[in-house]
Amino acid sequence: MPVDVPPAALRVSRLRKTYKDVVAVDGLDLEVRPGECFGLLGPNGAGKTTTIEICEGLTAADSGEVEVLGLDWSRHAAELRQRLGIQLQETQLSDKLTVWETVRLFRSFFRQGPPAGEIVALVQLEEKQDARVGDLSGGQKQRLALACALVGDPHLLFLDEPTTGLDPQARRQVWDLVERFRLAGRTILLTTHYMDEAERLCDRVAIMDHGKVIAAGAPRELIASIGVEHLVEFSAASGTPVDMRLLECLEGVRAVQSENGTVCLQVTQLHRAVPALLDELGRQGVPLTELRTHSPTLEDVFVALTGRRLRDE
Amino acid sequence: MSEAAVEERRTLADHPLIQLTLVRFREFVREPEALFWVFVFPILLAAGLGLAFRNRPPEVLPVGALTSELARALGTEKGLSVEQLSEAAAAQALRTGKLALVAAPGPDGTVIFRFDNTNPEGRTARLLADGAIQRAAGRADPVGARDLPVREPGSRYIDFLIPGLLGMNLMSSAMWGIGFSIVDARRKKLMKRLVATPMPRAYYLLSFLLSRLVLLVIEVAALAGFGRLVFGVPVRGSIASLAALCLLGSLAFSALGLLIASRARTIEAASGLMNVTMMPMWIVSGVFFSSQRFPEALQPAIRALPLTALIEALRTNMLQGGSLAQVASQMGILGVWLVVCFALALKLFRWR
Repeated sequence: MPVDVPPAALRVSRLRKTYKDVVAVDGLDLEVRPGECFGLLGPNGAGKTTTIEICEGLTAADSGEVEVLGLDWSRHAAELRQRLGIQLQETQLSDKLTVWETVRLFRSFFRQGPPAGEIVALVQLEEKQDARVGDLSGGQKQRLALACALVGDPHLLFLDEPTTGLDPQARRQVWDLVERFRLAGRTILLTTHYMDEAERLCDRVAIMDHGKVIAAGAPRELIASIGVEHLVEFSAASGTPVDMRLLECLEGVRAVQSENGTVCLQVTQLHRAVPALLDELGRQGVPLTELRTHSPTLEDVFVALTGRRLRDE
Repeated sequence: MSEAAVEERRTLADHPLIQLTLVRFREFVREPEALFWVFVFPILLAAGLGLAFRNRPPEVLPVGALTSELARALGTEKGLSVEQLSEAAAAQALRTGKLALVAAPGPDGTVIFRFDNTNPEGRTARLLADGAIQRAAGRADPVGARDLPVREPGSRYIDFLIPGLLGMNLMSSAMWGIGFSIVDARRKKLMKRLVATPMPRAYYLLSFLLSRLVLLVIEVAALAGFGRLVFGVPVRGSIASLAALCLLGSLAFSALGLLIASRARTIEAASGLMNVTMMPMWIVSGVFFSSQRFPEALQPAIRALPLTALIEALRTNMLQGGSLAQVASQMGILGVWLVVCFALALKLFRWR
């Protein structure tokens, strides 16, 4: 940990950024505390990448203030570059270099940090250290990108969609690395559109939509804030009409939504609502094709706040 | 990990400029196609053109005669091979180019030479045949003459060609080597990733120049050495001035490549710009034939092109043994291209 711990690892206020006629970031405020893993969660196009790239000093904001590790990009850029670890969304490292050569190259830019070999071991690529980057799998490439972000022993790590496009096993390996970094007391800001990733990794999240933060807090608090204990989803055989008004009156049901033939009930008491629902559907003569219950997730928070799903595409 | 973050002992090899330059070499060496185009292709081209335009031994021209006396008279000339044949066969052989000339008896003891007077071989055969027939008839030459053949390396086509190819190769390897890598790094967002590290940006650009300088030595040595060993193409000027010229030329073209790559985001866009820049110079700058063949009005513009300047300077050095002072104007032209392109490129360069 740095000796002079600033009150906030990252502070962003009233941030605005417009591209031609698109407002990418629209008056955004954020505060990331030292030692926490903070997630920017939101659908594609919400302004997550623009926000993180402004924080990384790669994109200039139109207005607003950004303070990283207590420093300012306009005056301390060189110092900040030494102290930050950055992984960008779409970097393709040179295919013709080996893993070792790539880490060695990035390591040479930083005045301090662990030896290259230690970094390669940390991301579990020792066996691949002489392999060409072009021959690595997607997960291995992503771990190499993480290695390149970690070579300078950063105080603050920026990860932009670190697991997008990876298979479940590769995602878990990346998560393990992020967790180890956080357990070492470092600060992380990551963007993701996977709510399970945010719930698993982040101490706090900010849910973004249309360039604004629409909710922020610990994942559990946010989920609790929508006041729903359980969700029950069912689908009926196609074409069967379901009387929604009668469902709303059932015991323990707070709200009913219908989307693409799937009916979703927000429920407070699962043990009362489910038998009542089944009775009612039996009475209406609705043949069930699917019935599921689950606890609410950040996805449901997003749906509750915007009426849309996180991944509509 | 934080405990391990101690300041380790750093060697020269850990210097970012060295690491970046090593990356340049590795990327180049691991691209077999680039190796072919930079090292093998110019040598193949030189070998092919050198063979095609080599100076042949003095040629013996095939001629025909319609009578045995004419055949005998012509046979005394070593430069002719004579065949006696019928009128019809002679006409046929002349038409198809098998014979350069046919000698036929004319009225009153004269001789008629039938040949194509637009063809140099025909004209040569005419001179030789006439001399042979006049000598056979008893002509005495009033002035005695003796031949002393001189074949001087330095005046042949291959001697003209090798400095031209050298210049062309310096141009294309510098422009492609720098332009392609930079645009590729920008396209893959690798440049953006590098800019996100504390890497000094000047080192990134310098690494291209450093690797270029080392490759330059190999490139020039390979092509000039090939010309020297296989065709005896001379290097009459000092090696140091030749090296200085190659260095200056390569730097000028690197700056031009950097300028072309300064904003392009796709390989296609960069390739188009490269070709538009290089193609006219391949043609007018005197790589394969003298640029003097173009109209006088164009000459000032042609001389201002960097490739013309470089090739002229290389020829002056290699073929005439000229000093750097003799090519000062060409060096001036290259220097202007270097400074102007580099300054513009830095101003326009897009780091992402």
